[in-house]
Amino acid sequence: MDATIALILLQDGVVNGAIYALLALSLVLVFAVTRVILIPQGEFVAIGALTFAALDAGKTPGSLWLLAGLGAAAFLSGLWQERQGLLWLALETLAWPAAVVGLTLALASRKLGVAVEAALSVAIVTPMAPYLYRVVFQPLAERSVLILLVASIGAHLALTGLGLVFFGPEGYRAEGFSDATFTLGAMTISGQALWIIGMAAAVMAGLALFFGHTLAGKALRATAVNRLGARLVGIATSLSGRIAFALAGFIGALSGVLIVPLTTVYYDTGFLTGLKGFVAAIIGGLVSYPLAAAAAIVVGCVESFASFYASAFKEVIVFTVIIPVLLWRSLVSPAEEE
Amino acid sequence: MPRWLPVLLFAAWLCAPLLPVPNFWLTLADYAGIAAIVAVGLVVLTGYGGMTSFGQATFMGFGAYATALLTTHGFSPWLGLPAALVAAGLGAAAMGAITLRLSGHYLPLASIAWSISLYYVFANLDWFGRNDGIGGIPPLAVIGNPLLDSRAYFVPVWVAVGVSVVLTHNLLDSRAGRAIRSLSGGADAAASFGVGLTGAKMLAFVYAGVLAGLAGWLYAHMQRSVNPTPFGLVASIEYLMMAVVGGAGSVWGALLGAGLVTVANDRLQTWLPLLLGTAGSYETIVFGALLVLVLQRAPDGLWPLLRGLAPTPVRRRAVGEAPPLPGRIMPDSDRAVLEASGLRKSFGGLVAVDRLELVLGAREIVGLIGPNGAGKSTTFNLLTGVTRPSAGSVRFLGHDLDRVTPQGAARLGLARSFQHVKLVPGMSVIENVAIGAHLRGRASSLAALLRLDRAEEARLFAEAARQLARVGLLEHADRPADSLALGQQRVVEIARALCLDPVALLLDEPAAGLRHAEKLALAELLRRLRDEGHSVLLVEHDMDFVMGLADRLVVMDFGTKLAEGRPAEVRANPAVIESYLGAVV
Repeated sequence: MDATIALILLQDGVVNGAIYALLALSLVLVFAVTRVILIPQGEFVAIGALTFAALDAGKTPGSLWLLAGLGAAAFLSGLWQERQGLLWLALETLAWPAAVVGLTLALASRKLGVAVEAALSVAIVTPMAPYLYRVVFQPLAERSVLILLVASIGAHLALTGLGLVFFGPEGYRAEGFSDATFTLGAMTISGQALWIIGMAAAVMAGLALFFGHTLAGKALRATAVNRLGARLVGIATSLSGRIAFALAGFIGALSGVLIVPLTTVYYDTGFLTGLKGFVAAIIGGLVSYPLAAAAAIVVGCVESFASFYASAFKEVIVFTVIIPVLLWRSLVSPAEEE
Repeated sequence: MPRWLPVLLFAAWLCAPLLPVPNFWLTLADYAGIAAIVAVGLVVLTGYGGMTSFGQATFMGFGAYATALLTTHGFSPWLGLPAALVAAGLGAAAMGAITLRLSGHYLPLASIAWSISLYYVFANLDWFGRNDGIGGIPPLAVIGNPLLDSRAYFVPVWVAVGVSVVLTHNLLDSRAGRAIRSLSGGADAAASFGVGLTGAKMLAFVYAGVLAGLAGWLYAHMQRSVNPTPFGLVASIEYLMMAVVGGAGSVWGALLGAGLVTVANDRLQTWLPLLLGTAGSYETIVFGALLVLVLQRAPDGLWPLLRGLAPTPVRRRAVGEAPPLPGRIMPDSDRAVLEASGLRKSFGGLVAVDRLELVLGAREIVGLIGPNGAGKSTTFNLLTGVTRPSAGSVRFLGHDLDRVTPQGAARLGLARSFQHVKLVPGMSVIENVAIGAHLRGRASSLAALLRLDRAEEARLFAEAARQLARVGLLEHADRPADSLALGQQRVVEIARALCLDPVALLLDEPAAGLRHAEKLALAELLRRLRDEGHSVLLVEHDMDFVMGLADRLVVMDFGTKLAEGRPAEVRANPAVIESYLGAVV
């Protein structure tokens, strides 16, 4: 391997790593606030990607019907669990999908431009996550992490199957945000790569502002530190959960929109992508944001170099990375009972 | 349910291939049986051990590939069986060594990782035939007759299921099994009676892995070929789903779940593509929804619901006469049993206990009292070796507790109860009490599986029954521990502590929640224990109870010793009166 190849691999690694970093952050966030290990995060990536690809091809994305269906399910689930705030519930779970579906149907046949397509995709996919929280996780909110994890696997199974129903078994690719290339010494950098890194940095900065300077962000942090305590001072933990899920859905959808120009995405591609985010999140102990983000870049680079040296064993190597980490963690901090 | 009923039903079930049932249904039954074996392993791991693994199909793969490699090189399938069990067991032991010490959710996450990793390893090594796998595996043969179709294969599969159920039942109803069961709910308490928690976790994990290996062996010789797909993550998730949907709390739940999911899987794979007009694995939608629905509406799975339709009386455990366990020689009355000197514990800037000197003599009852926040609970934790002191030392029979593990302290004869009761909720009262005698038995898990531990078990349970009778709760022996009133549960904890035949009994608020008559009985019991040679230290709020009982009182306030002496002296001590009642004018 010469320096040129190394630089290409490194660039690939950092670009993929930036996506994993975004996913890892959202996974840590959701776990901290709700104790849910969000396995279906990968499905939001895939659905986001496929929605964007469909809009890009001038087609009506099947995810519209998934959005409407999930919204209706969330509405029913909300009716069942809550006796108040029904107007807000209807706005959140019925009016928003109706508006998004209407807008998309009106616009889908026109040539929209990448920015509008991306925004629409994110608007379609983001609310699915809080709907999922209402339907699946809110009724289980007080149960153990293990139960929540099993429910999370259930949600993953169902969403993967629904992805197949609405998008079919074929893979899709979309046009990028930019097809410009830049040359920096021996290295050629694609515009899409810069977009990904830039967007990842922007989202992280946005999250930092959100958690540092807004009331909702502080409420989320409080819930993460102590659920009971947060509730005692008047923070609705179910609202915190929905906000956390909405952020995760947003990050998942955006990640999908960003990667689909680089790689062909199938309805079940998201699962492995999401799990690589988990590898990074686990390295960060599922608590540390900076550590998880840094680990994600490492995971991306390990992956890109592994695919060069031993492409058949790429996944083996990536998922084996966590074994030494787990070993080290088990030596440093042994288990405690829940 | 009479004991012969399952045996009869099982015998009838084994005769099913004699009936004119279509081969198709027998094939499904064979698959369900193989899946049931994996799910039964998950009952031990998840239902009783409180751990979750998304990697059971991987261990099944270890077993399947082990026998595939051996038998395609000319060895008999019957030689493949031990190889499959050992391969799966070793694989599980290796994975367990890495992840079992971690807290709850890391194990399932790690199992997802190894599941994916090993899938690609199987799929990419020439040795394992890459994605095509290994074909040409010889069929099982019984007395020279090869079992070639699903009708012939039905009996070996379901005999294996029967063996797994019996072995699992044996394991759970044993000393080692109680250790596993203590993992969900009473782990701290069990550890304080000498149960090695890591060992118990490992046992459950390896046992579930070996059962998966058995399933893999059956699968390989039924399919006559192996490839990576049936041992991937999707399959592992299905097995866990079987256990959760059926009910991980009992082997019957696992059988029910395995049957339901296998049949549903087959039917949905046929019907859904017809309904939707295209091929694809749409059944995951139904399964995912079903999993969530069961978790929300029937957290214990479907089996308890079914069972609830026909209420069954509590099964009484027969406790017969058995030679008593060897007892401990209690120290002479002039000896100090437990000595704390210069004890100090600070949490950050807060000094909870400071310069505390405390002695518990042999055959003595000492009461540790003080107002709220005086540092009693911290002292109790220091004296039981749960919390390490910042300075000073606690010596038990001359051994520094700082250098002794909880198991070691239990072995020396230090027994305790807990302020917040820690009994294993699903287990009966007498089984909980028998955990106290854990160190007085030595039967291995292997002996338990083969029922070679019955003589010892009889002695342990005779001892448990004796201690229950002593505290007056023998009539409740077979009830689930969590169905007792809280006060009674505290007394059960005392019985459990007595099962250790302890030198010293450290009790944290034993009288809380008891009625007056029960308190009198408890005081009487503790006096009798003292006269028999035990030493008792109790932390207590109830002044009347402790004044009438203790030989000596130690009064704490603000983390230090305020007064010490006979109850009458302490009662007259002005400093004590001031700290309890406020300043005397």
